[in-house]
Amino acid sequence: MAGQSKLSELFIKCKSENRAALIGYLPAGFPNQSDSIKIIKAMIEGGVDAVEIGFPYSDPVMDGPVIQEAAEVARNNGITMAKTLEIVKEISGTGVPTLLMTYWNPIEKYGPAKFAHDFSDSGMEGVITPDLPIEEAGVWLATAKENSIHSIFVVAPSTGDGRLKDVTSNCSGFIYAASSMGVTGTQTNVANTASILVERVRNVSGTPVAVGLGVSNRAQASEVAKFADGVIVGSAFVKAVLQNPSDPATAVRKVAEELALGVRER
Amino acid sequence: MLTDQDIAGKFGQFGGRFVPEALIGALDELERTHNEAMSDPVFLSELAHLNATYVGRPSILTDAKNFSKHCGGAQILLKREDLNHTGSHKINNVIGQALLTKRMGKKRVIAETGAGQHGVATATAAALMGFECVVYMGEEDVRRQSLNVARMKLLGAQVVPVTSGSRTLKDAINEAMRDWVTNVADTHYLLGTVAGPHPFPTIVRDFHSVIGNEAREQVLALNGKLPDAVLACIGGGSNAIGIFNRFIGDAGVRLIGLEAGGDGIETGRHASTISGGTVGVLHGTRTYVLQDENGQTVESHSISAGLDYPGVGPEHAHLHDLGRAEYRSVTDAQAMEAFALLSREEGIIPAIETAHALYGAMVLGKELGPDATILINLSGRGDKDVQTAATWFGIEL
Repeated sequence: MAGQSKLSELFIKCKSENRAALIGYLPAGFPNQSDSIKIIKAMIEGGVDAVEIGFPYSDPVMDGPVIQEAAEVARNNGITMAKTLEIVKEISGTGVPTLLMTYWNPIEKYGPAKFAHDFSDSGMEGVITPDLPIEEAGVWLATAKENSIHSIFVVAPSTGDGRLKDVTSNCSGFIYAASSMGVTGTQTNVANTASILVERVRNVSGTPVAVGLGVSNRAQASEVAKFADGVIVGSAFVKAVLQNPSDPATAVRKVAEELALGVRER
Repeated sequence: MLTDQDIAGKFGQFGGRFVPEALIGALDELERTHNEAMSDPVFLSELAHLNATYVGRPSILTDAKNFSKHCGGAQILLKREDLNHTGSHKINNVIGQALLTKRMGKKRVIAETGAGQHGVATATAAALMGFECVVYMGEEDVRRQSLNVARMKLLGAQVVPVTSGSRTLKDAINEAMRDWVTNVADTHYLLGTVAGPHPFPTIVRDFHSVIGNEAREQVLALNGKLPDAVLACIGGGSNAIGIFNRFIGDAGVRLIGLEAGGDGIETGRHASTISGGTVGVLHGTRTYVLQDENGQTVESHSISAGLDYPGVGPEHAHLHDLGRAEYRSVTDAQAMEAFALLSREEGIIPAIETAHALYGAMVLGKELGPDATILINLSGRGDKDVQTAATWFGIEL
């Protein structure tokens, strides 16, 4: 079932086109409910192949200042799980593979089974859980499988070889490779550490690998596209919204257009 | 037996490790280092030596005969952690983890702090052992604990005010975690309470157990019998687990933790996580959490910066569910009443955190009567709180 998801089809298609997939992240309800949907749609129009919607959480330890600020804006404007569900439904309705990125506690509070059922019903195909190590993921893995939801875990440069095998064997859809040691939005020379990690992942898994953390422009997207199956961009989109309050949708579309060129320059 | 844990870092349904993948390697290394160290006689003797010659252990036991009048005449024994170097129990854990840091070959330590006591203790150990030290502290706490900020700076630490979220301890922990994720290769996160991901709840408990180990012997030497109850204040719960741990097997000894009630649990403005929270995951551990229906952490409120935390150590959550320990709530006003009484009756100005436990003894003493013996962990001294207390009592400075 998971093999027939739009997400899996996307990676097959990108491979045949000899390019990487562009995965764009924006927080749900940022800056507010209705604009959030418009802005995510603009990101898709600009050329994003898959959307990762973040659930804004009060204690986002994996996020740098840019996404923290966005999460705070969205929370102040009343984002809830119920409203996130509406956004997921609206975005997945466009036909683009739609994923949710959330810290674990909101799922636990919602109830993993109900969460999987409700969000899967709305068209969500996968969940990225940045603070759920596989040791704590037993319940979630079983629930996700039952609902044909891809479980996407993060691997880091510090993940040892033995562990890399364990984590990646529990991933479906794709494997999220953190480009560097750090939080989202960190500006570093991503390509070096990321290419080493992606190569290590390829030695133990045949699942597509997407690289995230610190990719913000066309040149970086192109660098990463040379060795990865997917390029994940978040903070650059959030920044575009924060810096262009009068017309955030246009700004986001432009960023997406640039990045879409990048992932095709292998 | 009661706390059937350690192997998987679980305390019943609580505890565990909910952290970014980037930290797993460091937590594994820390767990390994701690396990080896605790069975290494050289490590243990170095720790004992520092405790005796630097911290000032054993700390004494004071029979608070005057304060007893306010506690139904019950015998009140104060375990004087306020007399430790740096003024609170926090140094016990810090010295232990600093030695672990050395053992791991790391040169930089980071810490979170609420009241500033853990930050001061960490800055102290860093000065002693030559580590670079960065302390994250909520902007709100920087304001209300300015004396401790100055102390940390004098000790050579960099204090980073945290301006995100509620600007208190919770957000300082988030910021320290972000630093750790980024700099984990050369940095140890010297976590200051029995919360956080495994192995921290176990490590911090082990290094604070010296409190209860000493106190149990001291009470037996004084009275020839065990106390009826052991009391301590609870934010994350490090001083409480430190004094409880040795008594957990003594079925007849009641263990009571006093949480910060702020304006009162019924007002919603409090930090009584066990009394007023629900099970969730916060800062890497499953425990009781103050949270809303979306799983968002709710801001806690307390006059005491050190107890102003919306989570609690997982072992306390477990002891509560087992019924082995009781958890009660004490409001700001009640704590300040006890703060004033201990100062006037015994000539001991306690930390406002500790005053919550003292008020708990005033209530419990009346319940148990004059034949009872109550052991209280006097976890810290109140010098840092003089400004807050002066404002509360209307004393002009």
